[in-house]
Amino acid sequence: MAAVSESLPEQKRWYHSLAEKWDDWFSDIPMLAWLVGGLLSVILEYFVGSPFARMLGMPKAPVLFGFDIALKTPILIPSALLYDIIIYVLPILIVARAIGNVSNRIAQWLMDKSIVLATLVHIVLLYAVLQVWGDLSDYRVLVLKLTLIAIIGTLSLNVINGYMGEFSCSQPGFIALGAYAASVLSIILFVNNDLFGSLNLPASLAPFLFPFILILSGLISAVGALLVAVPSFRTRGDYLAIISLAFTFIVKSLLENLEVFGGPRGLSGQPDLSSLPVVFAWTMISIWIINNYVTSTFGKTMNAVRDGEMAANAMSIDTRKTKMVTFLFAAFWAGVSGGLLAHVLRYVNPSSFGIQKLAEVLGMVYFGGLNSVVGSIVGAVGMNILSEALRPLEIYKWIIIPIMIILIMIYRPTGLIAFREFNVKNLIRPKQKKGPEA
Amino acid sequence: MAFFLQNVINALQWGSFYALIALGYSMVYGVLMLFNFAHGDIFMTGAYIGFFVATGFLGLSASGILVLPNWLILILTILISMFLTSLVGMAVERIAYRPLRNAPRASAAITGLMVGIILETGNLAILGARRQKFPDLIASQTYQFNGVSITNTKIMIVLVSIGLMLALNFFVRRTKWGMAMRAMAYDFLIVPLMGVSINFIAAMTFGLGSALASAAGILFGIAYPVLDPYMGIIFGWKAFVAAILGGRGSILGAALAGFLLGFIEIFVATIFPSTLRDLIAYSIILIILTFRPHGFFGEPYSAQLRL
Repeated sequence: MAAVSESLPEQKRWYHSLAEKWDDWFSDIPMLAWLVGGLLSVILEYFVGSPFARMLGMPKAPVLFGFDIALKTPILIPSALLYDIIIYVLPILIVARAIGNVSNRIAQWLMDKSIVLATLVHIVLLYAVLQVWGDLSDYRVLVLKLTLIAIIGTLSLNVINGYMGEFSCSQPGFIALGAYAASVLSIILFVNNDLFGSLNLPASLAPFLFPFILILSGLISAVGALLVAVPSFRTRGDYLAIISLAFTFIVKSLLENLEVFGGPRGLSGQPDLSSLPVVFAWTMISIWIINNYVTSTFGKTMNAVRDGEMAANAMSIDTRKTKMVTFLFAAFWAGVSGGLLAHVLRYVNPSSFGIQKLAEVLGMVYFGGLNSVVGSIVGAVGMNILSEALRPLEIYKWIIIPIMIILIMIYRPTGLIAFREFNVKNLIRPKQKKGPEA
Repeated sequence: MAFFLQNVINALQWGSFYALIALGYSMVYGVLMLFNFAHGDIFMTGAYIGFFVATGFLGLSASGILVLPNWLILILTILISMFLTSLVGMAVERIAYRPLRNAPRASAAITGLMVGIILETGNLAILGARRQKFPDLIASQTYQFNGVSITNTKIMIVLVSIGLMLALNFFVRRTKWGMAMRAMAYDFLIVPLMGVSINFIAAMTFGLGSALASAAGILFGIAYPVLDPYMGIIFGWKAFVAAILGGRGSILGAALAGFLLGFIEIFVATIFPSTLRDLIAYSIILIILTFRPHGFFGEPYSAQLRL
């Protein structure tokens, strides 16, 4: 035994030396420089992407880093790789390295000014990267929107399942309530149709009223959550799972039976209100608010309820209040994500909010990691990109993705990045060189 | 009255599918304290295995290699597919549940869900989206009693499922393996000290549950001879609800709740428009669980589970 433990630190694999090299070169680059590098690389792609891709023998610039090409026409894999390296990897690395020291000073200056300002600058840069990247094709914009919306949905489920430790299956129900509420409201207000009559407000008002529509649909979803929250006072675990599952089925079945809302055919014709900036803004707001919620003192009571409800009660935590507020809070955000989703797809029908949706959202939460805002973001982004990248495999996609999730569950049972706090300050602070001795 | 009796008979048939599937959930819960979320898809797999076995036997009969009467084919089909499906169930346990035995229970639930998706998609990928027609093994005969019509398949289905439940009860109560299962449900930690292999008992429990689900699948195929890859979803989740409603880990409770769910669904469908079936059935379940949160025979937070 002793020999093993002594020899452990000396063992050096190739990736250790690679990681050291990486630290040597890039560990002192702040987030600011990475974002600027990303922005420059997508601008580069915007201008020379298509000709360069044609030069490499691809019909057009690869829409999703070449994943889609890799599976459809494997012969183009080398050129897709080359494209990625020349358009994305090299510019980002070079630019980030070049402005690393300057941006460290800028980041420090911003942080000294005010943390809000610094965060806003980073968010604006991130948005610029996404906007320019998405400008090249509508498909990219759609993937971006769906991914951002999935982040909201995943975060809100993680609040219940990860932070409060209930196994809730009610998320599709909440999302459905939000989606339908927002659809109905916006159709009543802005679309002239025979279903609800016409109020026909001018379309120029729509972007201003849309936030209120979303908030209202979130609230409606939260009211629906009362059906799950109240029984959760008396029971937990499997029985709550069933109650929440029954809730999902009830909502789905109700929507199928309400002919006013189109019945099983669903609703279509929502105005195109979920543009990329709107979705992006809502996602950032949701991350901000949910992160504040889970790191607040009140948020910590959720963890107490998860780890021992009786003990929490004994420590004078009002567990009922915690459960109630958490369920309503999570349902609110699920409803908002549903409202956004309805306006991205511009079509909702009840059958899209069933077990498949549940498996999808649960998959994202557990893929990314429980009890972690970063984990949820990683899970939502990872699953969405994976699912888009594997699209050419058609049906076999749904064999490969579950296998990956099973493997993750076996080797990391709580998900990839579980139990980690999301610290904005840490993310955007200026970085110092990570030396081998330091 | 005749109307009522007619629906009782329909409900008995419908409920026996739920009861058979719910037993699988409940047994696995009793032994391992977790739900096998792939169970609905094991039901589907069992039905498909039954379809292939029955078609194979019928083909053998038709070509004259091995001529068997249809009732013998039915019995052989049920037995062989129960055996084969129990192997599938054991494989699921080995792949998705054994590596996660010490992990949080929700993680095991996720792997179960994912195995279910793999089974569905695998079926879809291999056989295509075309629905399969389950072969007619017994000619349907209808008997009339005072305006109540009973088919021989209905009688057969109810009798076979009740027989299987009694056999399961015998197995759990009277055999050594059943005793080991009950012991494991009683105390997970002591059982290995008594020289009983946890892995063996867990695999056996999955196998038993899957065998019952396979029988349910074949009976379902006889009553409603259309199989599609997603048939397990609706049935599986409803049977899961029945298992919870009966009280987790309680075999008697699962069987009774399965029949109860069948009754609720059939009577709702006859009284109200049938599209309201799920809505009302789940609302009733929600109300029952709100007022009796631990099911009929379940015990709150207790280590002792009835099996």
